[in-house]
Amino acid sequence: MTDAAAPAPITLPISRALNAGMRRAMEESDRVLLMGEDIGRLGGVFRVTEGLQADFGERRVIDTPLAESAIVGTAIGLAMGGFRPVCEIQFDGFVFPAFDQITAQLAKLTYRHEGALQLPVVIRIPYGGHIGAVEHHQESPETYFTHTPGLRVVSPSTANDAYWMMQQAIASPDPVIFLEPKSRYWVKGEVDVAAPALPLHASRIVRRGTDVTLVAHGAMVATALQAAALAESEGTSVEVIDLRSLSPVDYGPILDSVRRTGRMVYAQEAPGFVSLGSEISATVMERAFYSLEAPVLRVSGFNTPFPPAKLEGVYLPDADRILEAVDRALAY
Amino acid sequence: MTPSEDPALVRVLAADGSLAHTAAAEPYLPIIEALSDADLERFYRDMAVIRAFDQQATNLQRQGQLALWPPSFGQEAAQVGSARAARPQDHLFPSYREHVVARIRGVDMLDIIRVMRGLTHGGWNPFDPKNGNTHLYTLVLGAQTLHATGLAMSMAFDGRCGTGDPERDEAVIVYYGDGASSQGDVHEAMVFAASYRTPEVFFLQNNQWAISVPVSTQSRTPLYRRGEGIGIPSIQVDGNDVLASYAVSRVALDEARAGEGPRAIEAMTYRMGAHTTSDDPTKYRTAEEEQSWALRDPIERMRLFLRGRGASDAFFADVEAEGRALADDVRVRTVALETLQTAQIFDNVYASPHPLVDEERAWLARYEASFEEGAS
Ligand SMILES: Cc1ncc(C[n+]2csc(CCOP(=O)(O)OP(=O)(O)O)c2C)c(N)n1
Repeated sequence: MTDAAAPAPITLPISRALNAGMRRAMEESDRVLLMGEDIGRLGGVFRVTEGLQADFGERRVIDTPLAESAIVGTAIGLAMGGFRPVCEIQFDGFVFPAFDQITAQLAKLTYRHEGALQLPVVIRIPYGGHIGAVEHHQESPETYFTHTPGLRVVSPSTANDAYWMMQQAIASPDPVIFLEPKSRYWVKGEVDVAAPALPLHASRIVRRGTDVTLVAHGAMVATALQAAALAESEGTSVEVIDLRSLSPVDYGPILDSVRRTGRMVYAQEAPGFVSLGSEISATVMERAFYSLEAPVLRVSGFNTPFPPAKLEGVYLPDADRILEAVDRALAY
Repeated sequence: MTPSEDPALVRVLAADGSLAHTAAAEPYLPIIEALSDADLERFYRDMAVIRAFDQQATNLQRQGQLALWPPSFGQEAAQVGSARAARPQDHLFPSYREHVVARIRGVDMLDIIRVMRGLTHGGWNPFDPKNGNTHLYTLVLGAQTLHATGLAMSMAFDGRCGTGDPERDEAVIVYYGDGASSQGDVHEAMVFAASYRTPEVFFLQNNQWAISVPVSTQSRTPLYRRGEGIGIPSIQVDGNDVLASYAVSRVALDEARAGEGPRAIEAMTYRMGAHTTSDDPTKYRTAEEEQSWALRDPIERMRLFLRGRGASDAFFADVEAEGRALADDVRVRTVALETLQTAQIFDNVYASPHPLVDEERAWLARYEASFEEGAS
């Protein structure tokens, strides 16, 4: 018997699911407020906040002056005053003017206050490539934030996760860097509005397989699934894991999977040197060494600046590049 | 959002093309009176030709030839006036819509097109004399104001300004917008400029909007007054009046070059089109507002003025032909633009060899070759 009162799942693009998640959090608490450039009347350049200012007013959905350091810095003060600010950074490449406020201030103030202060601030950043944009509009800055103790970092890759992780991030007593894979904003998925499937910091197996474990986050999850489907047609069974939470990392499902498959590949858009892929591969080698039949391999963007748009298709790993690594892992 | 006028505003040319100067314009009149017919026609030609180019670039974006286009539509007078006031030895730091500034200094418009087509992150070499010391477009708002200040500091430290020789003394002019003026970088640049008395002009184009956010959200005071608080003499000009824009820029640059320290100019103008081709201004501003500014169009104003002085039909026809020729040329050359070699990803990441980059370059070559083998 199903609960007659439970709302039926709905289908939404990721951008609308994020919007719905924020809306629900704002309805539940009037301490939640949104701030950022162009998020009000325009609804953000990606329209993720569309309609929220009309419904919640200019004091809860604030079109700020154009100053990222001020957006994050004042969010810290607002949180000190009992608000739960959700900041939007317009594009990944424009988060750096706020870097000091995020890494040297926001991340450290709870520690410095010896627990007397909580900073429930969410910083939303549309990130990653595949939209053919100009410079600074498609970067992958996740490592800077995962490297900084005091920050939680997450990245949903489905509409359901977008909806629930947004609410969980807003509810978090800690600062959360919320990375939105912008090339996926328009991809639709089913949202179960009744209850979250997973906690904020869980990783998840999204496709079962037996030969190789393929781990990815953000937009690369979709590419990983593509690679897994191609591999299947060639007789290789690839298990795909969506990391979901970039810091902390939920190693349980990854280690379990590696113990079954004996092989692992990490795929990411960001440059590979000192990256999530490096960290996770090192940990897997430490904790599952005797299960491994091959070294953990990484597939990443090159260790160069994000190139001009006409070259992003070469820079960003595609299913072929992932399969090349899968084949190498299998060749051991 | 038609700003009430500050009594300090410098304007000489009224919207109907008549000479009707404000009180604040008085000291600038001699400069304008000294302009020749050729100078005046040059200003008009600069503005009208770039508008034709701008329209073509917008069309090219609509047809999928460019990833993005930031139009300069409406802001031609502020840009032409300021760029024409610079001397050859000056350095110019644009933000990202100063197309005519770049053109006046010699940059090939295709170099800008290549940036917006996704072929390059830079496009031209500021240190090549043919580019007239025009620095690269900067997309991170306000960042270039610090670079400009640093370069101006180098001029001051090396004694390349204030020698009394205006043919040799150098200055810097840096462009930014009303939205960018909220950035900490811009304030920090101004503090350094004032502290080190840089030969520098901060040229703020107040086009009333930062994407969807009106200037009233960025500032409760006229923006030019911010410079005063930091110790930089500042002035507000009608940025849709090319003559006034030229005159105030001329004076500010001359003073900066002469070693009198930085100056700031707020040019009151209007972004008549969309912020970029990705933007839809009907979501945040009214048709009435747009129309009220259309009546103050900088090119039309200058056209009426020149007409009144007896400029010939042949002159206007010639300008139109030049605009069309530039637009056609840009279209032909854009469509024919080169594709990139994949290995270019690895070029110039570092100035000297780097093992990781070399390793990846070699890996990509092998990887691509493996497909060719497979195909043959
Ligand atoms: C640091 C930074 N934050 C955000 C952006 C995104 N962005 C690009 S242009 C723009 C508005 C700029 O307005 P303004 O400075 O007035 O210049 P205008 O475009 O009107 O010429 C914004 C928010 C950016 N480029 N850089």
